[in-house]
Amino acid sequence: MEAKSKKAVASRLCCLCNLRRPVLKRPKTLQQICRECFYEVFEEEIHQVIVQNRLFKSGERVAIGASGGKDSTVLAYVLSELNRRHNYGLDLFLLSIDEGITGYRDDSLETVKRNEVQYGLPLQIVSYKDLYGWTMDEIVKMIGLKNNCTFCGVFRRQALDRGAALLKVDKLVTGHNADDIAETVLLNILRGDIARLSRCTSITTGEDGPIPRCKPFKYTYEKEIVMYAYFKKLDYFSTECIYSPNAYRGFAREFIKDLERIRPRAILDIIKSGEDFRIATTTKMPEQGTCERCGYISSQKWCKACVLLEGLNRGLPKMGIGRPRGVNGDHKMETKKPGSVAKSIESKQCGSLDF
Amino acid sequence: MASFSAVCELDMACNSSGCESGCYDREKDNGSKISVEDAVAGGGNQESVCVKCKCNEPMTFGDGGSDDGRFCAECFRNNVFGKFRLAVTSHAMITPSDNVLVAFSGGSSSRVALQFVHELQIKALKNYEASRDRSLPVFGVGVAFVDETAAFPALSTETVDASEWIRSTVSSLSPPAKDLHVVPVESVFGSDSLDARDRLVKLLDSVPDDTGKEDLLLHLKMLTLQKVASENGYNRLVVGSCTSRIASHVLSATVKGRGYSLSADIQHVDARWKVPIVLPLRDCVRLEITRLCHLDGLKTVELACRSQCGINDLVSSFVALLQEENPSRECTIVRTAAKLTPFYFNKIPETDDSNVPMATQRRLKRFNLKYDGSMTTEAFCPICNGPLNRSDSSDLDTFEEGQEADVLYAACCSSCRFQILPEDGSYLEQFSSFLPDHMISQVKHQKVDSQAHLREKIKDCLLLDDEEVV
Repeated sequence: MEAKSKKAVASRLCCLCNLRRPVLKRPKTLQQICRECFYEVFEEEIHQVIVQNRLFKSGERVAIGASGGKDSTVLAYVLSELNRRHNYGLDLFLLSIDEGITGYRDDSLETVKRNEVQYGLPLQIVSYKDLYGWTMDEIVKMIGLKNNCTFCGVFRRQALDRGAALLKVDKLVTGHNADDIAETVLLNILRGDIARLSRCTSITTGEDGPIPRCKPFKYTYEKEIVMYAYFKKLDYFSTECIYSPNAYRGFAREFIKDLERIRPRAILDIIKSGEDFRIATTTKMPEQGTCERCGYISSQKWCKACVLLEGLNRGLPKMGIGRPRGVNGDHKMETKKPGSVAKSIESKQCGSLDF
Repeated sequence: MASFSAVCELDMACNSSGCESGCYDREKDNGSKISVEDAVAGGGNQESVCVKCKCNEPMTFGDGGSDDGRFCAECFRNNVFGKFRLAVTSHAMITPSDNVLVAFSGGSSSRVALQFVHELQIKALKNYEASRDRSLPVFGVGVAFVDETAAFPALSTETVDASEWIRSTVSSLSPPAKDLHVVPVESVFGSDSLDARDRLVKLLDSVPDDTGKEDLLLHLKMLTLQKVASENGYNRLVVGSCTSRIASHVLSATVKGRGYSLSADIQHVDARWKVPIVLPLRDCVRLEITRLCHLDGLKTVELACRSQCGINDLVSSFVALLQEENPSRECTIVRTAAKLTPFYFNKIPETDDSNVPMATQRRLKRFNLKYDGSMTTEAFCPICNGPLNRSDSSDLDTFEEGQEADVLYAACCSSCRFQILPEDGSYLEQFSSFLPDHMISQVKHQKVDSQAHLREKIKDCLLLDDEEVV
């Protein structure tokens, strides 16, 4: 009975510092804590993730993938703060990608430009239009709303590498959070992609590629990121991409939200499962080569971006979508389907890369 | 002997890295040879002849499921039975000298498992009687039903009715006659039924997490089945888990942080236990099974205690939702999980037992070749019997002098620690006393093993014998 009354008293005080009044329930642990303690545990946990996983080396130039959304804004804020506080010795930059989505991206880019000023971090913007000759608006107009996320994802990955090369940085960090990674683990199970399943929980990827990238928010809950941004009154753009409603990821996202309600730690448990899956190391890495068309890193003859672009430029929106029908170079032999949209845009090369 | 899956033909596994969209629609774009829409729509477009034998009229189940109206009753049945038989023979699940116990819940999967095992037995009996030298004996079959009334007192009448029905069902499956064992789940605690029941209730009540409670009951059920099997001389336990159930298990294990032990649970054979468990219906989906029950007039009974709660229920609803979007999703889930590396115990152990026919021994050796590799011994969680990931289990040796309760904590997997063991460490001692003796003895067994395991690794560099080590 004594334990019970102690508990009653404690709930009127922050359970970490026992000094201040609690103002929030921590999504990860359901502890009732005050603002200051929340900032402290939030930042400290991220610092520990960075240190224990040896994400950075002193003197490195690091680009932060910045979309203007909550994850990248909080990432930029926290990283610059921790860089200062713990003397990581990093040179930080903001790198933003303009996919050309009217009403969405142009607004969020304004946010990033403000972040540049607010956090004092130099900004580089790279656009799909410049790189590929297509904006997402144009792409969606041609292919519709079913596979558009595939195009955007593939293009963005390369665009980030290009931007990173322009900035001459050693590393790229992205704001992928625990929810994102848990969703990806589930998606890979649902879609039968064992190779990706084995790689998707790695905190650092692409160490043998042009630019290694890491995810300091790997164990940070999306809800806590929102909470942090809310209490700190950080400036971010909070609308979902207008083209995303049909993405298959939505299934996994809904499920995880329901799961979090019953058992908050399930999100971390999914990531743990992903790390612990017994997957033969032989299935892990695809053979690494370079794209014949543009020189980018690729496991096939042409990199995915080139394949997709070729499809777009030739009015064959399904090229590169779905299972490969033999060596992907064979796509060059495909004749134009009758009645397909004949957009007369010159086939634009991905561009040569200078790494 | 190609046994193709009627339902799984739809599944052109989305191994494509670029696919974001639902596979189902894509198949049509890719020029799929299956015209499912036609079949489901029925009417003018419907095939008027079975697509397999091309002579009989196709069977329509009218249940809204995929592949309806494509196969005649016979081909459909042969397909499902064919998958069962293939699983049994290629994994040496049931061989002539075996004594097999079929776990029967009254549900559709276990009903089909029982039916198919019975048919195999009839065939074996016919062959035996027809053969001149009578060299191959007929395997024995028993049936076990676990009575969970103690855990769900409100359902006692329902369970009594179910038992009666099960009794009559089993007696109708003869010849050959089969023993029926109706065992209360509390029998893991001992034979004194009142005391055992009391202990069961105390144990379940001390688990605050709903999902944990449900999972603990499942573990206890398995212990009960193992007890019945070994006490009555059975050497195989047949469990009717189908693809659909396994798909749910894959996801629920993932969300509970049980990624390491997952591959142990979903293979055709699970020989961790004293009486190895075999899953002959692993490659059949629930839709096929319910259709078969309908086709053959197999009656089933669904006990209310089957209903799930918490995480397990959420996962089942999720899988049902995914199935609506793409009927072959559960196959893909299981296929993905099947690519995980199984454990050394996921095969029927080879034996030099002279009672086992040579043909069986040879088949075992041939099949087990692909499991060659390190025969590492695993430590197991005393509660769920899941293999422990060595890298993150606590060092048992530090609890050398510790209380039994602390040792229990250290011996369990992280998932059981969270959802089953009491949160408050001071209740651990009491909880430990509620557990069945078998689980506790596992803890002690594991402690000894941990030292042996370390020794095994460095044995070749040790100069002194065990007793002389400082």
